[in-house]
Amino acid sequence: MRLLGHRLSGGAAVGFAIILANIVAISFARWIAPYGEADLVGDVWAPPSGADWLGLDNLGRDMFSRLLFGGQTSVSLALLITALSFSLGIVMGFTAATTNRWIDAALARLVDIIMAIPQLILALMVLSVLGTSIPVLIGTIAILDSTRVFRLSRAVAMNITVMEYVEAARLRGEKLWWIMRREVLPNALPPLIAEFGLRFCFTLLFIASLSFLGLGVQPPEADWGSMVRDNATAINFGGIAPLVPAAAIALLTIGVNLVVDWFLSIHGRAHGEGA
Amino acid sequence: MLPLVAQRVALGLLTLLAVSVLVFAGTEILPGDVATAILGQSATPEAVEAIRRSLGLEEPAALRYWHWLAGFLHGDLGNSLANGRPIIEQLDFRLKNTLFLASAAASVAVPLSVGLGILAAINQNGSFDRIVNIVSLSAISLPEFFIGYVLILLLAVKLDWFPSLSAISPEMSFGERLYDIALPAATLTLVVLAHMMRMTRAAIIGVMSHPFIEMAFLKGLPRWRIIVQHALPNALAPIINVVAINLAYLVVGVIVVEVVFVYPGIGQLMVDAVSKRDVPVVQACGLIFAGTYVGLNLLADILAILSNPLLRVPK
Repeated sequence: MRLLGHRLSGGAAVGFAIILANIVAISFARWIAPYGEADLVGDVWAPPSGADWLGLDNLGRDMFSRLLFGGQTSVSLALLITALSFSLGIVMGFTAATTNRWIDAALARLVDIIMAIPQLILALMVLSVLGTSIPVLIGTIAILDSTRVFRLSRAVAMNITVMEYVEAARLRGEKLWWIMRREVLPNALPPLIAEFGLRFCFTLLFIASLSFLGLGVQPPEADWGSMVRDNATAINFGGIAPLVPAAAIALLTIGVNLVVDWFLSIHGRAHGEGA
Repeated sequence: MLPLVAQRVALGLLTLLAVSVLVFAGTEILPGDVATAILGQSATPEAVEAIRRSLGLEEPAALRYWHWLAGFLHGDLGNSLANGRPIIEQLDFRLKNTLFLASAAASVAVPLSVGLGILAAINQNGSFDRIVNIVSLSAISLPEFFIGYVLILLLAVKLDWFPSLSAISPEMSFGERLYDIALPAATLTLVVLAHMMRMTRAAIIGVMSHPFIEMAFLKGLPRWRIIVQHALPNALAPIINVVAINLAYLVVGVIVVEVVFVYPGIGQLMVDAVSKRDVPVVQACGLIFAGTYVGLNLLADILAILSNPLLRVPK
């Protein structure tokens, strides 16, 4: 099988299949789900059976249906946040690389300080002051995550801005925005696309962790992380209820990672190899 | 070499200072100050004003920062908003627990992952290497709580080898405590193992393209000896770096793992404080976590300088 003119490796095919299955399951959740999101259909933590093949949750709701609806929250939040952090990070990174040294130095120092603190710790501190709500969550994670995107896009853009064609565009008198969009961005795309996949995974895990800690998505809304939290005590009775949403997170992350790995291997060095 | 190390230490202290400013600014200057957080949005302005005065909030921010930092350095972390007691009382026991858990995990994870990484490099592209690659790629994708709950289900509930909750207390002996934290420590180990192993392998393979390695091959040395004696010492700097990054990551991963196993550490304390919006406790925990993180990164930098043979020899 081939994609974009490159042979698809076995891992990548599995990865694409996982991502596709997730997209279909989540976008058509309303039609696929056998029950509604809040329908009580049986006993609390009933084990998997023919009708509810992932079992029931802490209130007796169908796990499979909840998983589909929870996925909508998890994945759309992660996508939105990653898109925001990329817009922010790329604009900052390209600005730092194409404008003068002082802006570059100021942005780089600021990012250094933010990156000196673990993201989870910073996020927890912001949430303790602003309280937990979806807009705060989106804003906080997007800004914190944009520092990583800034680093990468700045480094990539630095290598591109010294090229003759960028010099030529400058001499033609093109505006900064035009140069960033038309000259730098297309040439910086491959590493940025790969980074988008990795940042998406990171954000998905990050939101899930916050929700798991009870500081992310709040009831009645549910995402995969808060579903793990709600069902956590089932594990002591040998139930698999908390493992189901956790496995959903893990599966999607593995899928994206496999595709990113393949994407990096067709665009030069492999994931985690070399410097 | 000494000036280089001194420079790093100075830079590290500067970073710590900047981090403390950020921790302070992040929780003090953002909208919704501590007074309204205590009383809620519907409080009368007079009540808010009274609380503000008693907490010294009418002082300028820079002065309050100075008092806060000076207090912190003297072990006075202020009082909790939730119960009014000094923070240090709750923190003392929990900090020791967290350090105990993290160091137990680190003392297993570091030798194991470096060893496996070396084995994978010796066996490059062999079956062991490939298995390690696939397993580590999947392990990186697993959330901490997934690993934690799988371990609980298998080792605590099904096999009943270890306790599923790690509620340790000061009266317990060292051995009992070690037994109690077996599962959280194993979870943390698995979380950082894959990444460390992969990077150790990459660091060694990165050195393998140098001429002196080719020379060693041409002398007819066996592959394992070349890797252990020639490649490993030269790959030490990146390996130390990776180990430190992962130890720093462990500091953060500990938060989720403590919640999974209901372990009385400062991660758990911080999460509780965030949901109660107990800002001073969050600040104190945040500064400890951030300080440890910066400290470990600084240590990595210094060890990397010390391990570089070129920098060790006086010019």
